[in-house]
Amino acid sequence: MTVEMLIFVIFVLSVFLGFELISKVPSMLHTPLMSGTNAIHGIILLGGMLALAEADGFMQYTAGFVAVVLGSANVFGGFMVTDRMLQMFKRKK
Amino acid sequence: MITSLAFLIAAVLFILGIKMLASPKTARKGNFIAGVGMVLALLAVLPQLHGSHGTSVSLGKWLLMCVGILLGLVVGAAGAYKVKMTAMPQMVALFNGAGGGAAALVAAIEFAHLTPTSSLVFVISMLCAAMIGALSLSGSIIAFFKLEGHFDKPVTYPAQQLLNGLLFVISALLALVMTMGSHGMVLMCLFLLIALALGVLMVMPIGGADMPVVISLLNSFTGLAVAADGFAIDNVAMIIAGTLVGSSGTILTLAMCKAMNRPVTNVLFSAFGKVDATASAAAASTGSVKSVHADEAALLLGMAGRLVIVPGYGLAVAQAQHQVRQLADELAKKGVEVVFAIHPVAGRMPGHMNVLLAEADVPYDQLIEMESINPEMDRVDVCLVIGANDVVNPAAHEDKSSPIYGMPIIEAEKSGTVIVMKRSMGKGFAGIENALFLRDNCRMLFGDAKASLQELVTLVKAG
Repeated sequence: MTVEMLIFVIFVLSVFLGFELISKVPSMLHTPLMSGTNAIHGIILLGGMLALAEADGFMQYTAGFVAVVLGSANVFGGFMVTDRMLQMFKRKK
Repeated sequence: MITSLAFLIAAVLFILGIKMLASPKTARKGNFIAGVGMVLALLAVLPQLHGSHGTSVSLGKWLLMCVGILLGLVVGAAGAYKVKMTAMPQMVALFNGAGGGAAALVAAIEFAHLTPTSSLVFVISMLCAAMIGALSLSGSIIAFFKLEGHFDKPVTYPAQQLLNGLLFVISALLALVMTMGSHGMVLMCLFLLIALALGVLMVMPIGGADMPVVISLLNSFTGLAVAADGFAIDNVAMIIAGTLVGSSGTILTLAMCKAMNRPVTNVLFSAFGKVDATASAAAASTGSVKSVHADEAALLLGMAGRLVIVPGYGLAVAQAQHQVRQLADELAKKGVEVVFAIHPVAGRMPGHMNVLLAEADVPYDQLIEMESINPEMDRVDVCLVIGANDVVNPAAHEDKSSPIYGMPIIEAEKSGTVIVMKRSMGKGFAGIENALFLRDNCRMLFGDAKASLQELVTLVKAG
């Protein structure tokens, strides 16, 4: 199996895993869940770092820098706001 | 090798995190675990960083990177801790837009580094990431403004679908030219601009109340864009994380639409409210509106054995969640059994009402989901409906001509007495009459939800 094929397999398996993970979530958690998965795609910060590292010239530097800022806001803000929401979910004392 | 292993562990932590986010008991820990996975992935990528043509990364770039990350951290943290809980959907929209924008920019930079020998798979994934990321960015920004109350009405104009279709065809043609080996940045910029325009044009016609569905969909879009970027730069962690978000986000979007009994295509492609409202006018029930004053309402509430409170969108708008908690506490002191019945789409997005009530310290086991409360509604003495309308409209069960026919509702009309707190006799988001208000067992308490609740608290305390 070529590397590309292997990566494709990972992709397809991830699709099904994502479906399975969420299929039975109570609606009370929809908002935190949306916010939590929103934070996870903040992994684009990795991409921003890789892209900035290999940037050439002013345009690419700028684009890379902005990508890192946006990705960082997405990932840190996302996890923090989700945590802030979830810390309020308490059972009756 | 170590990097790959770290990515694998990060992916496992993401999966565990999402799994645990799906249950209220473990949700917070789940978010934390996913966060640990993220930190691990970020550290693991450091040895992978390299400058253009395989050189080592210059000091200037390291500095730039650190400044960028810090800047994002400060902005993100400020947003996350300052935002009011009622404005949560807007905040998620903004973070999502940021992710989409980053995905598009990463794709554009990678595109600039393409060589004539680059594999077609890379080119196509870059184009996908650029398109979807840019669309998600501009769409999220429009969604943000809509939720803030700007562009109130759905913006519709003739030949809307045609224009969108045309833009889509143009971008497909551009993509084709670019995959054929023309790697000019002018083409790429044009491609990104069209994607941005498409994002705006697709979200503008959708009503403000449907924005949660839109955000959820754009959230899964951003996930897919990130996965496509992962393909383009050969990063497994990004592929797995992005794809998980993409597919789980799709399921979440469909679940939201199901709770409103509307197919997702209906949300996206037809501005709601165009539904023929005259059809249901004919079915208007007989009966009259009976309004009550706060003192009478307080008396009814105080005498109830079992009370169900149905909070809705109006409560969120009036930001009266703390007042409703006070009222519930006062009534509980008098021996009334109080629970909250939460419709799946109550609040500004599904589950939002749970967050708002949690913020007001209502324990989550006092919040009952619709399916659990409905079989018990006929044993409930008083049902207090606050700022909710369509989600308690019996027309959803009885009137086949109603646009909301078939939508699951909380069966408030089955309880002994229904007290509806409402600003006026205005219609709900669906723009239709509510037969519940005309029922014999229904009493209307008009006024601002916050002020009325405050008054009720005082009266119940005194009485």
